[in-house]
Amino acid sequence: MMGSETHLGLEPPEASPSPPHEEMETLALVDDDPLSTVPAAADPLLSPLVSSSSLSSSFLDPPSYADVVFAPFDSPKGAASSPRSPSLSREPSSRSDLRAPAEYSKITVSNPQKEQEAAANSLVPGAGSFVTYLITSLSLDPPGSEPIEISVRRRFRDVVTLADRLAEAYRGFFIPPRPDKSVVESQVMQKQEFVEQRRSALEKYLWRLACHPMIGRSDELRAFLRAQGRMPLSPSTDVASRMLDGAVRLPKQLFGEPDGGYVALQEVVQPAKGGRDLLRIFKELKQSVTNDWAGVKPLVVEEDKEFLERKDKMQDLEQQLSTASQQAEALVKAQQDIGETMGELGLAFIKLTKFETEEAIYDSQRIRAADAKCVATAAVKASRLYRELNAQTVKHLDTLHEYLGLMLAVHSAFSDRSSALLTVQTLMSDLTSLHTRAEKLEAASSRIFGGDRARIRKVEELKETIRVTEDAKSCALREYERIKENNKNELERLDKEMHEDFLGMLKGFVINQVGYSEKISSVWAKVADETSGYARDSTPQQRM
Amino acid sequence: MKLVSRSSSKEIRYSRNNPNSLSKPGSDSAGRYSRALLLPASPSWQDRRKVAMISTQRSLSGSSSQSPRSPSSPLEPFLFVSVTDPVKLGNGVQAYISYRVITKTNFPEYQAPEKIVIRRYSDFVWLRDRLAEKFKGIFIPPLPEKSTVEKFRFSAEFIEMRCQALNVFINRIASHPDLKQSEDLRTFLQEDEETMERARFQETGIFKKKPADLMQLFKDVQSKVSDVVLGKEKPVEETDPEYEKLKNYIFGLEDHLAEAQRQAFRLVKRHRELGDSLSDFGKAIKLLGACEGDSLGKAFSELGSKSEMLSIKLQKEAHNLLMNFEEPLKDYARAVQSIKATMVDRANAFRQQCELAETTKLKEINLDKLMLMRSEKAGDAEIEYNELKAESEEATRRFETIVKLMSEEIVRFQEQKTADMGLAFHEFAKGQAKLANDIANAWRSLLPKLDACS
Repeated sequence: MMGSETHLGLEPPEASPSPPHEEMETLALVDDDPLSTVPAAADPLLSPLVSSSSLSSSFLDPPSYADVVFAPFDSPKGAASSPRSPSLSREPSSRSDLRAPAEYSKITVSNPQKEQEAAANSLVPGAGSFVTYLITSLSLDPPGSEPIEISVRRRFRDVVTLADRLAEAYRGFFIPPRPDKSVVESQVMQKQEFVEQRRSALEKYLWRLACHPMIGRSDELRAFLRAQGRMPLSPSTDVASRMLDGAVRLPKQLFGEPDGGYVALQEVVQPAKGGRDLLRIFKELKQSVTNDWAGVKPLVVEEDKEFLERKDKMQDLEQQLSTASQQAEALVKAQQDIGETMGELGLAFIKLTKFETEEAIYDSQRIRAADAKCVATAAVKASRLYRELNAQTVKHLDTLHEYLGLMLAVHSAFSDRSSALLTVQTLMSDLTSLHTRAEKLEAASSRIFGGDRARIRKVEELKETIRVTEDAKSCALREYERIKENNKNELERLDKEMHEDFLGMLKGFVINQVGYSEKISSVWAKVADETSGYARDSTPQQRM
Repeated sequence: MKLVSRSSSKEIRYSRNNPNSLSKPGSDSAGRYSRALLLPASPSWQDRRKVAMISTQRSLSGSSSQSPRSPSSPLEPFLFVSVTDPVKLGNGVQAYISYRVITKTNFPEYQAPEKIVIRRYSDFVWLRDRLAEKFKGIFIPPLPEKSTVEKFRFSAEFIEMRCQALNVFINRIASHPDLKQSEDLRTFLQEDEETMERARFQETGIFKKKPADLMQLFKDVQSKVSDVVLGKEKPVEETDPEYEKLKNYIFGLEDHLAEAQRQAFRLVKRHRELGDSLSDFGKAIKLLGACEGDSLGKAFSELGSKSEMLSIKLQKEAHNLLMNFEEPLKDYARAVQSIKATMVDRANAFRQQCELAETTKLKEINLDKLMLMRSEKAGDAEIEYNELKAESEEATRRFETIVKLMSEEIVRFQEQKTADMGLAFHEFAKGQAKLANDIANAWRSLLPKLDACS
């Protein structure tokens, strides 16, 4: 759905190393490679404990797993790095090729800069300034030829415009949700933090758009990414002018003026809400109330049982995703905590060791100090391994968060469908009442001998209105069917991609746990080995 | 030679439940020796072996609580004690825990070769106080804390920890060459419950170490300089540099141990928290899998189950850590407190000795004066002087005994602690290794199923 294995990893929650971590970094670890993988089978201490030792070595032997998975997590992946760089922590899979966006092989967002609006109001300092971002994309547009790199400068408002236009053009599709406007946060957070957060979110968003099979090829996206200078897409008109235009037209509509009485064709394909047509809004509102309250079955209803089932399932899925996402966060935090405390324990013992060594008078003290150092070193190593484990876990479990975010897109695609349906229903009721009026008028005028000129003219006008409304209805119906089709396709795509992504998540998570647990185990096994002299024979001396 | 016959308390184990003990079948000290030969010989390793060997030899030759259903020879004196079977008695605020104390011995002073008595925590406190009073200079084994709050909750864990600690306590006494001869120990181990209760009520409070004494000791170390500068009168004090070094060492050790123990306790908590979050995560994943259906749904469900299973293992390891790693650290810290108490005794004895020496000298000068003057008071004065002199010599003797005992005890303490901590480290490492291994195995078993899904 969104090139999931290219998660721009949420950085592990350690922006700046806290002092204990710094201390640990400088400890001279007198030991061999801390990350060498010891096949569990070779460890005599653990052989009685390892039930499937043969299986363990089979997972460490194929270099692909061990090396690919456990390349240590070095620097936090730079935000400017390509989201599609062969990720360290994913097994090579053909998925990446299927999901590859058709037109773009790389999108980066960088270099935020402050700019001043041309007509800045000098009375309020700082007003009228905004941030622009440099958006660089590698386009494969003429496929097969050299990818072209294009950079443009855009501000967040442009992104909002893009999102709005896509929402209009791609009704029924699961359009990835855009980053929030978040007015409050921008005040609360530090400017740099906020800008960085937004930059990263924009990068993810644009990439997801590019990965969508339909949207990735859209003109809107292309224009956004490639047109230099000002944003070429015009925003949907703002609400105020909509209302004004609508207010102007309303009297015409109410009084049955010929040119004001019908729904413009091109507007039928958009939802009533947010449009200029106030009368239409009122009508559809009335219709929906009729649907809900009057107990009158509308002429066209959502009949697709399959769809209704899927909708319920989606609700359920969303619920479970939300819980799972929460618990994943809690798990990550717990893993982080245990790693930290392990590190601090190690530090405490290092200090104890130093103290004991300095003050040592007896050999027993020196031996104890050496033992303590052994344990301390192991604890520090284990702490580092926990940290790495956690960083990877975050990346894997991020899939849950991403799909949870996608549920928003699903919601809006479904509501596209229901508002299209509502439009159809409204038009059909319209038609019904128009027909009724026409019939009445005809009946009335036929009683008058020779015809009633005024009435006949009215009937003709009505017939004209009916014809136009019929056209609008067909158009709306077509649109509705189109959206239904889009929903269906997208649901299928969601199913497939979710299956793949979740499977990848589970696999990644499990492999990660296996690998790091093995390493942690071997670190401690060595210590247990070295201190095994203190272990007593298990004579139950204290028992009677 | 006293040192050889002393057995270290290495025999005192912390982990009594050892289902996954590493000892190979048929292992004895000889087995350990040969096993040790196979292991890499780093210098520290051989030293450790030495420590282990020394204490083994001691335990075999010495008279102590060794494995004792069948002592090597019937003539070898042994004293074998165990504290078990805690039972809650009484109601509400009056509730307390009673323990069974089982003694097996062939000491001639003991009436019965085998005896079982019921004792409670305050009885142990009585014993500790009596020993502290009678055996100044020896580091009395520490007792677990009084804990007025937890008492009311009496959680199973608390009871288990306390019982274990009491067992360790009594065994350390029974294996100390001097302490084990104590009459009070005999009373404690052999007398019936009513006698014990009477003894307990008689002695409360008299021999307790006053907090003021401990504070004084603290002040001595910390504020020497300021006292001199301010010209404050300070109590008389030893100036032995080695002893000074020891004092500083003990105070420094106290701080480091407190920190280590604090972190160990936090680590226990973290294990529990991780266990909880794995359990919740597992449940959530299972529910999510139910939405999926087909093989992927099953994979989710299995992952969830594994997660829940591992949660249990984590809780177990948390308990293991608490009993076999954090508790020994606490015990270590308590032992340091006991040493501090002995230091207070030593300081008091020193003060007494100095004061009496002063007074005696003055009395001597006075006596000489009187004798020169051929006064009638000379006779009385001479008697007084002789009494005082005897007291002074007694005080000096007491002080010197303490000094001598302390120097021996310190060696013993260091060796004992190396062994204790060595075992604690071993258990810690073993537990962590096993936990990580279990985790790896559990997750690994899922992989074939996951592969089948794709």
